[in-house]
Amino acid sequence: MGKAAALSVESAGPGADAGRQGFVEFVDVEKSYDGRAFAVTRLNLSVARGEFLTLLGPSGSGKTTTLNMLAGFERPTSGVITLEGRSVDRLPPYERNIGMVFQNYALFPHMSVEENVAFPLSVRKIDKPDIAARVSRALDMVRLKQFGDRRPAQLSGGQQQRVALARALVFEPSLVLMDEPLGALDKKLREHMQLEIKQLHTMLGVTIVYVTHDQSEALTMSDRVAVFNNGGVAQLGSPDDLYNTPRSSFVASFIGENNTLAGKVERVIGKECRIALDGGGAITAQAIGVTDGAACHVAIRPERLSLAAGGHAENRLAATVDGRIYLGDHQRLLARLENGQVLTVKVGPEATMANGEPVMVSCALGDCRAFPADAGTGGSKSKTTGE
Amino acid sequence: MMSALQPSELDRPPLARSRSAADADFKSVSAVLRRADFGDRLRSLALAAPLLVLLALSFGIPIVLLLSRAVYDPTIANALPQTAQALSGWNGQGLPDDATFVALAADLRSSQAKGTAYELAKSLNARLPGARSQVLKTVRQLEGAGDKPPLEVMKSVPFWSQPGTWPSIANGTHSITSFYLMSALDLRWNNDGGIERVPPEQAIFLQVFMRTFFVAAAVTLATLILGFPLAYLIASVPKGLAAILIVAVLLPFWTSILVRTAAWTVLLQKFGLVNDLLLWLGVAEVRLDLMYSRIGLIIAMTHIQLPFTLLPIYSIMRTIQPSQMKAAYSLGAKPFTAFRRVYLPQVFPGVMAGCLLTFILCLGYYITPALIGGASDQLISNFIANYVNVELNWEMAAALSFILLVFTLALFGIFARILGLDRLKLV
Repeated sequence: MGKAAALSVESAGPGADAGRQGFVEFVDVEKSYDGRAFAVTRLNLSVARGEFLTLLGPSGSGKTTTLNMLAGFERPTSGVITLEGRSVDRLPPYERNIGMVFQNYALFPHMSVEENVAFPLSVRKIDKPDIAARVSRALDMVRLKQFGDRRPAQLSGGQQQRVALARALVFEPSLVLMDEPLGALDKKLREHMQLEIKQLHTMLGVTIVYVTHDQSEALTMSDRVAVFNNGGVAQLGSPDDLYNTPRSSFVASFIGENNTLAGKVERVIGKECRIALDGGGAITAQAIGVTDGAACHVAIRPERLSLAAGGHAENRLAATVDGRIYLGDHQRLLARLENGQVLTVKVGPEATMANGEPVMVSCALGDCRAFPADAGTGGSKSKTTGE
Repeated sequence: MMSALQPSELDRPPLARSRSAADADFKSVSAVLRRADFGDRLRSLALAAPLLVLLALSFGIPIVLLLSRAVYDPTIANALPQTAQALSGWNGQGLPDDATFVALAADLRSSQAKGTAYELAKSLNARLPGARSQVLKTVRQLEGAGDKPPLEVMKSVPFWSQPGTWPSIANGTHSITSFYLMSALDLRWNNDGGIERVPPEQAIFLQVFMRTFFVAAAVTLATLILGFPLAYLIASVPKGLAAILIVAVLLPFWTSILVRTAAWTVLLQKFGLVNDLLLWLGVAEVRLDLMYSRIGLIIAMTHIQLPFTLLPIYSIMRTIQPSQMKAAYSLGAKPFTAFRRVYLPQVFPGVMAGCLLTFILCLGYYITPALIGGASDQLISNFIANYVNVELNWEMAAALSFILLVFTLALFGIFARILGLDRLKLV
């Protein structure tokens, strides 16, 4: 804890309300490289002090450009970025005091691990004994104390990334940016490092803005996630907000797995709507910005679909089993509706339906969300789309 | 709080092995591996064999044979066997006895008969300036002497009674000689058997070596100053533009040195384009002597050498990821600090390789100094060529080549030691 305290910048954790307002602010930020197409459009984003915010999105969605503007490697075409209430537009990256971790680690190959970690301190002209003490504490924090005199090339990928973490944290920045830091690691190591980064965040109380295209990584680590699409934030919220109440077809399909049924809105009644599915059948769903007569997509999570005899009364659809995928702790059942569209249903490991067997798929009205079909890229990432 | 951060199995260093394995096991395993490798090595050697033989025959052996001439010169010993015998009893002081004179006369006659007299005269002349005409004159007189005793003929030529003559002949009768190597360093044996510098009016080679090294260093520095920023530019622009720039750099590379040098003579001459331009710009008020001058030589050599310095630097710059500099900035390093502490150390091996390549190539420049340099700008290669082509003194040429080779290898050794050969990235 003593080591942690020495490195901590901010005693308030992510839950503290004191500094929760606008530690980093993007106000109407736009970025264009060629003056025509915008990499980032009308971005308004606020990051609270001590928060772990993830920018999540497919490649080309503007998340890395946003991070680079915050780091100072890119300048916004218009709009203002403030850090602790001060505009940073005229501040070069080396005066922003922001730690950064890169996907390829960007360790300096000609320096030892210790020299790498000491670099931000030595450019700040800190006394040598002080540097040695802080480097030692930082390496201890990432459990690499005994590797101090190695070269980066002599370390494994996970160890290199931990050196990069120590280097980005050792000068006690109040903000740390991470640009897909785990992208180069294998799955198991990636999951391990996710926990480790999360623990460092909790321990140091530092504000982290994290970029990834991996939605499970975003859900695991973040206090809040900003889902990027087409240069803007499609939705900003806590992981469970995004998962349970996506506000667009894009978010619904990008976060987690979703079934998407294509249909046409018959009638909107308050917050609900009646939808005629393409090819036959009807369903009642939550109306998220849909209007009468419009084409729409209905998103339903596989785990919200039920095959039970009683099931949910609101939506019942007759189907036949079209395949079964065994995944150990559960199974995925492909259910072909009478209209030809296919739903994935999460069932227990003990289920034993054969192909061609008729089933009744049901789900609650609250678990079906209808989005306008033209909003966003409509199910670009959806696992199961209706034909 | 730290308890959660336990060491994990996942991030052991790759290939970390237990050291407890028995040594003997290792040895037997490595012996098996060696045996298995042997066949492979033999095969790869067989593939390389034709090239190795060609290299040995066309490159290695001729060089060794030529360089050996620097220390092995049997011309005098072969031509003067009796003299050599007679001189073996001489103490090196004053003049040798009359029998030696007679022996020399006999040797000169027989060499005339064998047709080696001219060769002998030339060889002696290299050690004893002016000896050629004296030898040939004496040979003629001996032939036309009739019944006159050879001793009398010998004594009648004052050259044979001068104090410096006989020590040189005595030295020359040894086949293995340090004479040429010493001469190449402007040194000689004095009459007491010690080493001394040759008189200033005869000393030329040290000065030529110094000049060669100076020109090579100046050209290296010039190519570095021009090449480094250009390499940086090429490494940082988009690929298409980089390809165009590389072609622009390499374009002169694809024309022969002779053509490029000839082109520079056109540009640099007194009424050439460069002088026209300088006058027009008002930089110079009179036409400068760029041709046949040191500065013209350095300009032309710099142009020819630029790709050699630039390419190794460029190739290493290209491997440095942009995130390196970004990381340095984000960690608080100002641009110059980031350049000095992060960028420069990483491109340093390329810089060294490029500079070393250019420096060593410059030491051997021949055509460019011959065509563009003035009389006082001739480099060591010009002297070597002169000894080979004009003076036909291959021993001296070999000695100068040998000294140049030693200097070059020593320099390479120093670079390799400072940097480590494995870090010296030539391509």
